[in-house]
Amino acid sequence: MDIAEAILTTVATASTPLLIAATGELVVERSGVLNLGVEGMMLMGAVSGFAVTALTGYPWLGVLAAVIVGAVYSLLFGFLTLTLVTNQVATGLALTLLGVGLSGLIGVPFVGHPGIQMTSLYIPGLTGLPYVGKLLFGEDPLFYLSIVLVIGVSWFLFGTRAGLTLRSVGDNHGSAHALGIPVIRIRYLAVMFGGACAGLAGAQLSIVYTPQWVENMTAGRGWIALALVVFASWRPWRVFAGAYLFGLLTIAELNIQAVDLSTLHQLPGAVYDLLALIKAIPSQFLSSIPYLATVVVLVVISRNRRLTMMNTPASLGRAFVPDR
Amino acid sequence: MKKLLLALTAATALVAATNAQAADKFKACWVYVGAIGDFGYSFQHNQGRLAVEKAFGDKVETTYLENVSEGPDAERAFERLAREGCKLVFGTSFGFMDPEYKVAKRFPKVLFEHATGFKTAKNMGVYNLRWYEGRYVMGQIAAKVSKSHIGGYIVSFPIPEVLMDINAFVLGAHSVDPNFKLKIVWVNSWFDPGKEADAAKALIDQGADVLGQHTDSTAAMQVAETRGVHAFGQASDMIKFGPHAQLTALVDNWAPYYVSRVKAAMDGTWKPDNVWLGIKDDHAVELAPFTNMSDDVKAMAEATEKKIAGGWNPFTGPINKQDGTPWLKDGEVAKDSVLLGMNFYVQGVEGALPK
Amino acid sequence: MRIELVKRPQHSILFSALSPVVALILTLLFGLVLFALLGRNPVTAMYIYFVSPLTEVWQIHELAVKAAPLILIAVGLSVCYRSNNWNIGAEGQLVAGALAGSILPVMFPDFQNFMLLPLMMIMGMIGGALYAGIPAILKVRFNTNEILSSLMLVYVANLFLDWMVRGPWRDPNGHNFPQTIQFSDAATLPAIFPASGRASWDFVFALVAALVIWFMMEKTLKGFEVRVMGQSPRAGRFAGFSSGRIVIFSFVVSGALAGLAGIATVSANINQLQPVISPGYGFTAIIVAFLGRLNPLGIVVAGLVLALSYLGGEAAQTAIGISDKTASVFQGMLLFFVLASDTLIYYRIRIVRSRERAGEVVHGHS
Repeated sequence: MDIAEAILTTVATASTPLLIAATGELVVERSGVLNLGVEGMMLMGAVSGFAVTALTGYPWLGVLAAVIVGAVYSLLFGFLTLTLVTNQVATGLALTLLGVGLSGLIGVPFVGHPGIQMTSLYIPGLTGLPYVGKLLFGEDPLFYLSIVLVIGVSWFLFGTRAGLTLRSVGDNHGSAHALGIPVIRIRYLAVMFGGACAGLAGAQLSIVYTPQWVENMTAGRGWIALALVVFASWRPWRVFAGAYLFGLLTIAELNIQAVDLSTLHQLPGAVYDLLALIKAIPSQFLSSIPYLATVVVLVVISRNRRLTMMNTPASLGRAFVPDR
Repeated sequence: MKKLLLALTAATALVAATNAQAADKFKACWVYVGAIGDFGYSFQHNQGRLAVEKAFGDKVETTYLENVSEGPDAERAFERLAREGCKLVFGTSFGFMDPEYKVAKRFPKVLFEHATGFKTAKNMGVYNLRWYEGRYVMGQIAAKVSKSHIGGYIVSFPIPEVLMDINAFVLGAHSVDPNFKLKIVWVNSWFDPGKEADAAKALIDQGADVLGQHTDSTAAMQVAETRGVHAFGQASDMIKFGPHAQLTALVDNWAPYYVSRVKAAMDGTWKPDNVWLGIKDDHAVELAPFTNMSDDVKAMAEATEKKIAGGWNPFTGPINKQDGTPWLKDGEVAKDSVLLGMNFYVQGVEGALPK
Repeated sequence: MRIELVKRPQHSILFSALSPVVALILTLLFGLVLFALLGRNPVTAMYIYFVSPLTEVWQIHELAVKAAPLILIAVGLSVCYRSNNWNIGAEGQLVAGALAGSILPVMFPDFQNFMLLPLMMIMGMIGGALYAGIPAILKVRFNTNEILSSLMLVYVANLFLDWMVRGPWRDPNGHNFPQTIQFSDAATLPAIFPASGRASWDFVFALVAALVIWFMMEKTLKGFEVRVMGQSPRAGRFAGFSSGRIVIFSFVVSGALAGLAGIATVSANINQLQPVISPGYGFTAIIVAFLGRLNPLGIVVAGLVLALSYLGGEAAQTAIGISDKTASVFQGMLLFFVLASDTLIYYRIRIVRSRERAGEVVHGHS
């Protein structure tokens, strides 16, 4: 396998859970709801996906279970924030806290058992193509699903009437309600979609990425997904770019550590110097680059108020109670 | 309401009863830094605890606290165990040293043991494992098995224990193949399955066909299995996660030590010790069965293991530091105190040591 | 059938008082079911969880140790949240405070006199405040979402601390382990009653901070400004209040208190810097802030309750072998119940059968 292709394949696997979870959260936020419970929902998806796969032997059933559990679990958040109009930030944090604990309790019997990994696609003739074969035709099914998801969400939000309705709910729930749009019902559906996506992202971790269950195995990926949504200024294709950029930075850092500079003298001087410089930087600083980059991008996209206004759901995080 | 009060009284009585009942048993207790479900470091300590229960049956009672953070919470954990009737308390992580030491001073009648630290008291001993002995054997196996002459090594943080093991691994490898190269990747975490898997993939992509790790999850082993390369397990036998990949695993076998210390405490012969256990001490450092290798590699590994069990130290000169300055003269054996504070690479390790 | 909320004309005083009780009862019921499901005697388990930690003096000390940083941070966060500024990066501000406060004891260990501790605490507050100032300035200047920028800075602060204790600040005689030199006695925050336990002066700081912030919020113009800008920024601007100033003010206050919590807990309990100095205090404090309904005095109670759940969780682990995960399940549920019960203060809940609905709209409602 060509090394660049190999690295890109690794990047794809690392980016997919971020992409799926962030795309789900994007729809939630576009409807005007901020759910900080992504990490907790992902953990619930990861543990239920692993458990069902282990019990039935079918990874697809595990994925299905994770999607359902994620959606049902998010209903708890929906009921509190939408029906009982509780504070969304606090409720989302509680959802994460509860998810960490519950998934740990549920997962006890499954610790220390290797899971069943979902098999990757194989198309004779195509998967073996040089450079791009493995990348385009040899990934795991959830990779393709994630791409379909982005296309679908992008089309739904900006190409359909229902998507327009959802966005109008997020932009101004007052006028949407006045127009007779069922604000609360749409938000419930959006929250459940976000939960299903987070569950799916969790299942990707426990069934594809590292087929095993361990407590807290998301290791903060839910929070990264949340950051990506804002990073992308609530645009699906920018979420895609952000997730892959983040994955690329992480994987590149590991690869640069492993690379032996003395074998790379044929590289152009500037590239060589850059690699040497990166290798000399303490790894803690390299590890903090993605977080700093997110802050920088946040600043860059938010300083242009007109652009932000155009994309930001104006009702984000604000409670809505219909007055009749 | 009355019922509730009654129930509460009953509960109080019950708690008191369990405490009283416990009084005639010997109570041994553990504090773990991670979850017992990590299938790695804390899992193995807990296996040691279970071995104690098995060895003494009714005569002992054990309990533990898991996921105890190495910060302000640690002191409370030790204080709780000391106050709840534990007679021997094992603190199993380096970061517990100072809180455990403080509590030991306050409870002179309770015995304490601390893993991997260096502070002792009249009622506090320290114990540690010579993991580097196993790493040397692994290095030899890696150099023999590797076809690309490149190994990969996933590590957490540059503390002495980790550097010692890198050095021993490379010394072992170079004893059979001076051209063997070890690529090292720091992931800045003891436990992040995703990142460990990413590091494993990065190393394989860059030509490594044997992986070692000084991090706790089984993710790298699984990657090795799917990618068809070899790997060494860490902390526990990970053969289930890599039936075709695992060559051997560096198993932390705390059980014999825990059993002997609990027995000594029960007999009244316990004294604070400062032990550093290796292969020769009831296989405290245990190498999981040698698998997925040819018979002659296996024979070599077994011979080396035997040589180390016989008292030979892998850190025996001549050994130079990375920059070529001499460290150990011919035949000179490294002092334990130097090893325990190791902050340099030996000659043959590539790359700069992270600061 | 559906549930509808009807806004009360005025918030219900009855439910203001009753809602915490309702939440507590619901949590207790939930606990009984949970323990029964885990196969334990529910009453015994509840006793061990919530009562046994209060029966011994040393545990009450530990309660204060655990609650102090939570209360300190949460009180600061309440100012932020009341003014509609969503600082969720207190954990990073705590670390920044611990680092700044440790400059004297680590770099100038010979500087030991009565001024040392006050200076350390002040520097800790400055460190936390400056670090909190970053997301605040970004918000004011560039309109950057503070939830995410403050969260991202948590990771950065933790990695920076990691680098400091492994690199420049590592104890040269510490066997190369990642920690700084031990603080001298002069740099150690003393215990209040050293004879009976280790509860330290940081608990007093927490109580004072709660009182001061309560006074500020309720009795001063500044507090009024904060509340107005939180409830109705438009009205605030008409009144001549500057929203930018409030953003900076609330972030600086909460950052300073988080920084104080950081240096105080390092000085009192750890005596040195190491890669991990906080078991997530900055995040737990967000929960404490909401449990205390963003009222500084309520936060004192909430901090103690949450600390109790940690202690109880440990007691339950050793006494009846209940997993430590139940503690976070409990905390999550408690917060859910508190948030849900608070709804009753501002709304009446009506269960509406779908068929009735049309009729009701006609009849109107007020």
